[in-house]
Amino acid sequence: MNIVVCLKQVPGTTQVKINPQTNTLIRQDIKNIVNPFDTYALEEGVRLKERYGGKVTAISMGPPQAEGMLREAIAAGADQTILLSDRAFAGADTLATAYTLAQAIKKIEGYDLVICGRQTIDGDTGQVGPELAEELGLPFIAYVNKIEETTTGQMRIQRMIEEGHELIETPLPAVISVVKEINVPRLPSLRGIIKAKDAIIPVWTAHNLGVDPSMVGLDGSATRVVKIFFPERVRHGEKLQGDLEDQVASLIEKLRKSRVI
Amino acid sequence: MGIKVDLDKCTGCSICVSVCPFAIIEMIDDKAQIQEGCTLCGACQEACSYEAILIEVTTETPTPNNGHHGIWVFAEQRDGRLKNVDYELLAKGRELADTLKTDLSAVCFGHNVSEIDQLVAYGADKVYLINNPALVANQEDLYTSELTRLIQEYRPEILLAGATSLGRSFIPRVAAVLRTGLTADCTGLDIDTEKRLLLQTRPTFGGNIMATIICQTRRPQMATVRPRVFKKNTPNNNRQGQIIKVDFKKEAVTSRTKLLSFIEDITEKVKLEDADIIVSGGRGLGKPENFKLIEELGGVLGAAIGSSRPPVDEGWVAYSHQVGQTGKTVGPKLYVACGISGAVQHLAGISTSEIIIAINKDPDAPIFEIATYGIVGDLFQVVPMIIKKLKSE
Repeated sequence: MNIVVCLKQVPGTTQVKINPQTNTLIRQDIKNIVNPFDTYALEEGVRLKERYGGKVTAISMGPPQAEGMLREAIAAGADQTILLSDRAFAGADTLATAYTLAQAIKKIEGYDLVICGRQTIDGDTGQVGPELAEELGLPFIAYVNKIEETTTGQMRIQRMIEEGHELIETPLPAVISVVKEINVPRLPSLRGIIKAKDAIIPVWTAHNLGVDPSMVGLDGSATRVVKIFFPERVRHGEKLQGDLEDQVASLIEKLRKSRVI
Repeated sequence: MGIKVDLDKCTGCSICVSVCPFAIIEMIDDKAQIQEGCTLCGACQEACSYEAILIEVTTETPTPNNGHHGIWVFAEQRDGRLKNVDYELLAKGRELADTLKTDLSAVCFGHNVSEIDQLVAYGADKVYLINNPALVANQEDLYTSELTRLIQEYRPEILLAGATSLGRSFIPRVAAVLRTGLTADCTGLDIDTEKRLLLQTRPTFGGNIMATIICQTRRPQMATVRPRVFKKNTPNNNRQGQIIKVDFKKEAVTSRTKLLSFIEDITEKVKLEDADIIVSGGRGLGKPENFKLIEELGGVLGAAIGSSRPPVDEGWVAYSHQVGQTGKTVGPKLYVACGISGAVQHLAGISTSEIIIAINKDPDAPIFEIATYGIVGDLFQVVPMIIKKLKSE
């Protein structure tokens, strides 16, 4: 089974600090990591390979330093990697990202399954997976928490929706996005780390991919960020006073007065 | 399209470095240099006193609507019943449509969906309805092709859908086919009346930052919107509207995926998204058995049971109870947070609650910053006291 796993490098924390003078983000000292949701995608890819044979290709679009993340992917079990890196790709929204990833994945021969994480922790959109599926003309299943069974050209999958769990059958190839409930990612093995050290991380540029420049990066993006601001926390909490009995009594009185209970 | 620094004009004052929201401007040899990651937000251009920063935006012909008009709301149903988020979107959609002086339409796929006329009562001028047994279960392949087909035929300028598991999964596919912009999980929508653009505001970085996003030249402008962010209007059953039955082209589309079975989560007695009162437990509960205390208080209040992320990660409660960035967005009249510290991801899911009560023994827990009323104390003492007091009254 040939599996493609999509990874994104993200800032290692969402607890971004704010410069109170300028009201802007302080980015220093933030280490980049692999998007946590993508680690479950990679682990599931590696597990499927261990069960059914084949190989795992980890792919990422990002700046040159995303190379380190792809090395980690090899340490965690990926067989090969592709880094899509080009200034022309910068500033891409989900539409342009999905298009670019799709053009690269189409060049990977005979893949059966593409796995993404449910969303990233920086953009939080969860849109690249379904948009990628459409670009590839493949079925898409979101929020997969269990792969029940894989047979030739077919897969049975359990996924989580608001109301419960659905058991779904899909033909392969397909694109899925996974949730953290699907597995517990392994730590890299010593052998993996050694392999990763010497691994060659191929870099594909816009030229290599032969993409239409108007479809990638900022030019290929349909959306644009026009304003960034910090959410106002308008509420000012009132801590109740007195001993606990008094606090509970005053709480219930306040709730009765505002007619919520 | 791009951003450039005019090196002759740049004085090296580094004002731009301090205003860049993404912190990607560096001073190299006393000249500003813009690194990768620029979104062309324009903050630096505005701040530069020397007009040294140039942003070139491809000026596609300013006739963005290109024959597109009207606002559409995708009205999601499950088991033949419309969802609350549909009415919330109609309320916001109505406001936007009135600003733009255009029509508001709902589009609904299902079979024998009850109370379709309510979509009109809640604000729609038109309802496009595909009524077919093939659409009973949410078949995403069919939904994608049918919604795409209708948009191509009727050309709305804006499409809104709920950021539910269905909406977040198939709406991006529609956007990809149409090659248009989609903004996920919006919490604010407004109109730039001058440019007739939809201003879409959403939390990002786990709710730490808000971003306003536009889709300048492509149509429709598409957004998914979190449930419980907007308030629905009072229905007006005298409102006149048109229900347009659209044929389902079954022969044209087949679903590649097949729904084999559905296992309902029965631990959820009251639906969180629709609940007026929610009692939630967090890491402070310490162990799974202690969730009983939350359930007991929930029982007394007639509340739905919620959870922050740690108890779900630990397997104490099912994921369907999780409230927050990667769980559900709720907006009850009363939210009681017991032993929840208040990580920003959790707060993002409860911010539209009318009254928030926090019970936590750590006086510095961030939950107290947004709680309407806070009790600093051990929840194992406080919660039983509340239960006792409520029962005795």
